[in-house]
Amino acid sequence: MQLRAENISRRYFRKHGEANFFEAVRSVSLTLESGKLTVLNGKSGSGKTTLLNMIGGLLNPSEGKVFLDETDLYALEDKDLSRLRSKRIGVIPQGRSAVDTLSVYENILLPGMLYGGTLRTEEAENWMTVLGISDLRNAMPAELSGGELRRMAIARTLTASPEVILADEPTGDLDNENTRTVLTAFQQAAKAGKAVLVVSHETDAEAYADQILHMSHGTIE
Amino acid sequence: MKHFSLMIRNLSRRPGRTTSLILLTAFLAISVFCGTIVVSSLRRGLSSMENRLGADIIVVPAEAESKVSMKNLLLQGTIGTFYMDASALEKVRETEGVEKASAQIFLSSMKADCCSVKVQVIGFDPENDFVVQPWIAESLNHPLGDMEVVVGCRVETDVGNSFRIYDKSCRVAAKLASTGTGLDTAVYCNMNTIHVLLQAAEEKEISHKIDSGNDSEVVSAVYVKVLPETDPALVNNRLNGHVRKATAIRTAGMMTEVADSLSGVSRTIAVLICAVWILALIILFIVFSMMVNERRRELAVYRLLGMSRKMMSGMILKETALCSFTGALCGTALGAILVFPFTALIETSLKLPYLTPDPGSIVFYACFAIAVTILVGCAAAARTAFRLSRVDPGTTLREGA
Repeated sequence: MQLRAENISRRYFRKHGEANFFEAVRSVSLTLESGKLTVLNGKSGSGKTTLLNMIGGLLNPSEGKVFLDETDLYALEDKDLSRLRSKRIGVIPQGRSAVDTLSVYENILLPGMLYGGTLRTEEAENWMTVLGISDLRNAMPAELSGGELRRMAIARTLTASPEVILADEPTGDLDNENTRTVLTAFQQAAKAGKAVLVVSHETDAEAYADQILHMSHGTIE
Repeated sequence: MKHFSLMIRNLSRRPGRTTSLILLTAFLAISVFCGTIVVSSLRRGLSSMENRLGADIIVVPAEAESKVSMKNLLLQGTIGTFYMDASALEKVRETEGVEKASAQIFLSSMKADCCSVKVQVIGFDPENDFVVQPWIAESLNHPLGDMEVVVGCRVETDVGNSFRIYDKSCRVAAKLASTGTGLDTAVYCNMNTIHVLLQAAEEKEISHKIDSGNDSEVVSAVYVKVLPETDPALVNNRLNGHVRKATAIRTAGMMTEVADSLSGVSRTIAVLICAVWILALIILFIVFSMMVNERRRELAVYRLLGMSRKMMSGMILKETALCSFTGALCGTALGAILVFPFTALIETSLKLPYLTPDPGSIVFYACFAIAVTILVGCAAAARTAFRLSRVDPGTTLREGA
């Protein structure tokens, strides 16, 4: 399995210096392969999140294409792309990503509820234990701290077990011990055959990486 | 099934939002259901009155209109007793353009020991009656015998019971179906019986009559059917000129008056329903607009996890439909509780013929109110569903991260 971005760019139409647009990502090509953990680092505002959203099928590039194996993601209809993302690409965004009306356990099982099929309850129990949130299973998101919410989002993606895992600053709200736990979990997922991309502006993740990319001013150096 | 349980969780864990949606839609359903039932009952009442009246002209004593309005007598069961010389019947029959004429004699019972209830007793002549008998025949399959009465549906007695008027016992031969008019509170008997009752009233020193001497020489009203293709207005004028000390009243005029009142009431109800709907729709749009901001993050998560735009719009619309259905069901039930037990009160207040629709129609109106409410709820939510389905999950979840 391979997730491949070919010369993707993203422009936002707003006044930026002399130009009438701002180019957040400039002609980036990138390949994520199964079995590898890639770390993408760079300063805030360098275009990491925009790039992650584009390769995750969430944001249409202004130019270029994104392929999952031979499938051109943005050539798909919304319903087909949504279904593909649900089954094959897991995105852990920055910030809160909990449905407030569902408990922690329900949030973790949520991807499996969208398109039917068996709920991955055993995996959910396992990842909750690994990430240290098993005692919060019946808690509501409003009762959790930022770090607990982040671990819940990570557990949700790992439970769904997609082929590609894209994590945006996954250790941002975590202490050192939890950072190690989470990065170890991503490393295990990569070893299990997943393609994992960890976007971070910190250096902690680099020790776990098979590939390190650096992003600056919208391009990968 | 999983989607349904997700919807139920979303709704039950946002009780404030869910309750306000249910209340608003219930409010809409009450206004539609009650409005439809009242207007339909008024129309049915008018139609029933038209069917039951069966005469083109009614000739009454000249002083009758000043004593009691014929419209009130027919609509509200106002008790009226007035008499004229029985020769009026012959005079009417002699008038050019009259096809049929039939007399009736009115007598009011008393709220006293001698009478079961205070009602209007109407005596008619089975030989030539064309007004009362056609619809009495719906409830009674044999000619009405002496000292037998047929009672309106709102007279409190049952078939087979004896009914006391001025200490004379009458057997209840039949009970009529509801007409929604004052006729529902009247008691009908033949001429022999009414004369016995008039005599009994005389004996109690309660005289209803004019100084015309013999009981058999009085009538209260003469109902007239004009010849086909004859102008009733012309016959009405002739009757006014030909029958002394009597007034001819065209029933069409009376019906037009009632229809005008009904149209006025219907218009008022329609305006009230419109006002309620406009208010409720404005509130619904505000609630849904607020929901756009409240649910942006939540729906961005669904989108992030792979929910398509169509699924997301569908989920919002299904949630709204579920709330609207619950609201509409509660509203319709509440509407039924408000409108049916107070039928008599509504009828009295409106002073118009009022006949509640049959159960089949009521079920139809209830389904209509529920369907309209759900449709409007979903229409109000459609814009919100569209806007929320366009939420960009990446940007939304990053905001305020």
